[in-house]
Amino acid sequence: MVTGHSSESEFGDLHRRLFILRVGLLLVVALLGLRLWHLQIREGPYYRDLSENNRTRLVLLEPARGLIYDRHGVLLANNVPSFSLYVTLEDVKDRELLIQQLTDLLGLDPSLVRKKMTAKGSKLIPRKIKDRMTLHDATLVESHRLDMPGVMIQVESQRNYPGGVTAAHLLGYVGEISSDQLEKPEFLDLHQGSIVGQYGVEKSYDRHMRGMAGQKSVEVDALGHEKKASVVERPQAGNDLYLTIDVRLQKVAEDLLGAEQGAIVALDPNSGDILAMASRPGFDPNVLSRELTAKQWVEIVQDEGRPLNNRASQGQYPPGSTFKIPMAVAALETKTMSPSSTVFCNGGYQFGKRLYHDWKASGHGYVDLHNALVHSCDVYFYTIGQRMGIDVMAEFGKDFGLGKATGVELPSERAGIIPSTTWKQKAKNEQWLPGETISAAIGQGYVTVTPLQMASLVGTVANGGVNYRPRLVQAVMDRTSGNLQELPAVPRGKINAKPETFRVIKDALADVVTKGTATKAKSSIVTIGGKTGTAQVAALRTGPEENIPKKFRDHAWFVAFAPVESPKIAVAVLAEHMGHGGAAAAPLAKEVIETYMKLTPQIPAVTSDLSRGNRPGRSAKDS
Amino acid sequence: MINRLTEHRGLDSFDIRYVALIVAILGIGVLSIYSVTHGHQSGTAPYYLKQLIWISLGAAAFLVMWASDYHHLARFAYPAYAVILLMLIFVLFEGRTSKGAQRWIALGPLNFQPSEFAKLVLILVLAHYYSKAPRVGWLQRVIVPGLLVLPGLLLILKQPDLGSGLSFVAVYAAMLLMVGVRSQALGFILLFSIMLFPFAWEGVWGSLHDYQRQRIMAFVDPGYDPAGKGYHALQSKIAIGSGELLGKGLYGGTQSQLKFLPEGHTDFVFAVFAEEWGFLGVLVLLTLFVALMWLSLEIASKAKDQLGALLAVGIVAMLCFCVVINIGMTAGMFPIVGIPLPLVSYGGSATIMTMASLGLLLNVKRKRLSLFY
Repeated sequence: MVTGHSSESEFGDLHRRLFILRVGLLLVVALLGLRLWHLQIREGPYYRDLSENNRTRLVLLEPARGLIYDRHGVLLANNVPSFSLYVTLEDVKDRELLIQQLTDLLGLDPSLVRKKMTAKGSKLIPRKIKDRMTLHDATLVESHRLDMPGVMIQVESQRNYPGGVTAAHLLGYVGEISSDQLEKPEFLDLHQGSIVGQYGVEKSYDRHMRGMAGQKSVEVDALGHEKKASVVERPQAGNDLYLTIDVRLQKVAEDLLGAEQGAIVALDPNSGDILAMASRPGFDPNVLSRELTAKQWVEIVQDEGRPLNNRASQGQYPPGSTFKIPMAVAALETKTMSPSSTVFCNGGYQFGKRLYHDWKASGHGYVDLHNALVHSCDVYFYTIGQRMGIDVMAEFGKDFGLGKATGVELPSERAGIIPSTTWKQKAKNEQWLPGETISAAIGQGYVTVTPLQMASLVGTVANGGVNYRPRLVQAVMDRTSGNLQELPAVPRGKINAKPETFRVIKDALADVVTKGTATKAKSSIVTIGGKTGTAQVAALRTGPEENIPKKFRDHAWFVAFAPVESPKIAVAVLAEHMGHGGAAAAPLAKEVIETYMKLTPQIPAVTSDLSRGNRPGRSAKDS
Repeated sequence: MINRLTEHRGLDSFDIRYVALIVAILGIGVLSIYSVTHGHQSGTAPYYLKQLIWISLGAAAFLVMWASDYHHLARFAYPAYAVILLMLIFVLFEGRTSKGAQRWIALGPLNFQPSEFAKLVLILVLAHYYSKAPRVGWLQRVIVPGLLVLPGLLLILKQPDLGSGLSFVAVYAAMLLMVGVRSQALGFILLFSIMLFPFAWEGVWGSLHDYQRQRIMAFVDPGYDPAGKGYHALQSKIAIGSGELLGKGLYGGTQSQLKFLPEGHTDFVFAVFAEEWGFLGVLVLLTLFVALMWLSLEIASKAKDQLGALLAVGIVAMLCFCVVINIGMTAGMFPIVGIPLPLVSYGGSATIMTMASLGLLLNVKRKRLSLFY
């Protein structure tokens, strides 16, 4: 079969090569034997000791979560010590008996304890049964521990928010990792019982603040009682966050909203730094970071005021007349209008068979762009909208960052809608109707925005055209290296408009406050420019505001910046169901601005403060 | 007359020493599986009983492979490889997943692992190739067979089954050694591998599942997460080491009995055995393995043609690789890659495949071919 000459010689070669294989086999096996000899004979006694004491349990040491400060180093979130109860199932002889003992002792829900004990996971690794125990409960368990093999009390740190409800939507809250989260790749190094951020910056910066768990080896005797413990690996505390907000301004903004539903966003127009972001109603993150009962959770989720909804970044509202700001920029830039050309307003705009009303039934007469903004003339904007067309309008709206998420470091930000012909085709599979352009021109119809987007928009106008990404986190402080990593301001884009255009608009906005629709925002200490808006909730209404049920009343908008000459703050206020922007929202914006102007000179910015090494002190328990 | 001849022809290849070695190793396996799983199971049939069923099926496969003609088998090598590749593709989409790897095809109540059988088919393919193809130049010697190996290798790594993938490479390497790679070719392969290494590393490391990466990390850095991924390695070393010279005796392995050692009946069965029988027991088992492979190499050297010799060498290389890697990983010498100890670990596909391979090896020992030759 195989007879060729060359093959034959190779076949002969085979024997020499087989010899190599044999030698190789012996060598490799000898190496294995040597290794086993080393393990079993030389180190045998050591391993025998280990195996006899292999009643060693590894206990995870939870890391302290990074702290959160405001821009001036005021503590917003820290950790306080608390006790947790762990059970190592391997050491539990009678599970039902233990459940009985624990529930008798601590008044726990037996089905909950049973659920935690039967959850998937190693029997050797202690599992957390209860956290945030009182000192009393912890001592109670300690004193009965000999009757409960496998039970262990650990001192851990617990998240705490000293400010309670203040800035709750920004900070968010933490909670035990869910089984769904455990499956995700970003949580690979975590385990059942790990605490992770579930909302707010706690969630979006979880990776930074989480830290790394350490472990402790605990030797237990045959009955599962702890004999000796030694730390194998220290836990690494998470990194600290410095937010851009000024908690004093934040508190003022929240108090201004009071019991109403709404949002206030204040930011620095020159960097996009968020100075305050209030959303009402709020919640207490201390409550949510604890183990909630199902009933408590249902109550929060079903609350009609939707307290878990961050109205500043997640609430989508028609912008109403505040939308006239980007429309005015568009009109000047596309040369649809010159600053001096006028439109005649007789109180309505006829398009086809339909008459589009101005808010002022008697009309504004001849108005130029300046007066159209100052008095919020709808007919002027119906006209320019009609002339520019929806797609041109959409383009400018998008340049200002509307219709897309701003990229602020908060989970689940919403994008709002800037409609266009292609948008409608895609979203509704319908053609754009010319009449819809008219509604869109005054920020009604399909147009929706978030208060955060509007604050960013007015900031962009204030600084002369740079659209910064609103920023909530100013710096991350590395706990291991001590390095403070400052995050830079990120310009998202620049509005391609002449400086002249912004000057015209800003002049008009200043007059809105001094003699236009927002005189209630007029301040004696600072010049303010702004624009009111009223977002229709229900299309058809008759009679005076007071006669309408509150839930059908319009939303009030006011967006503003100050001082007009060199803007330092941009504000957007949205008050749900509060009627007209000028009456309801403008005074709130004024309060925020005045507060800020009074605050600023007193306290240096966080960066210079930090660079001098003058960092705020840590609470004693967190490192 | 004819009957007598057939009988004689059969027996002249049937080596009772060889069979005795196999039976001895199988016995050690069943004993260890029984020891570590008895009393821990309820409901389904005990593992040791199921293993005995696999062994009976394996014995049947052994006899079939021994009785057939390996030349006939080699002729089916390519089609068989094609079928195996299709199965591996099927596994990728429809396979049953266990512990993060998608390796099994469910056949009613049974799970069948194509990658195990792929090893034997690959040996047939390479042996067949080398015994037929002209082998001048490195293209025919190295590249073409390398390309034959590649699709199977990639599909298996994708599952991912690092252990089986590496045994593919081992078989290929052993075959290369046997057909004789010239020094230039060796140099070329070396250079090529070095050049490819960064890409290959990226590819292999990137295709690994996280748990595999962590196991390798645990090996490189023994202190890495001892409660998690390093746990196997640590517990396995404690089990083996604490066996000392004489072992703790049957059922005496506290490590394994108390379930400190996971997967004691499958990949870590060696640690169970080593704990219970000590270094002396380990020496006996190693000797049995060496003797088996020694006899197999004997068969290779006395094979009457190249195909036979190459088949034998391929099978020995595969067995040797599995034994060394498995014992090495339980003893903390290598990262944990998930490879069973041949004839000892619990498992249907592996047991049947290994026994079939050994049957084929014994087949090579025949001096004369069948009646119809």
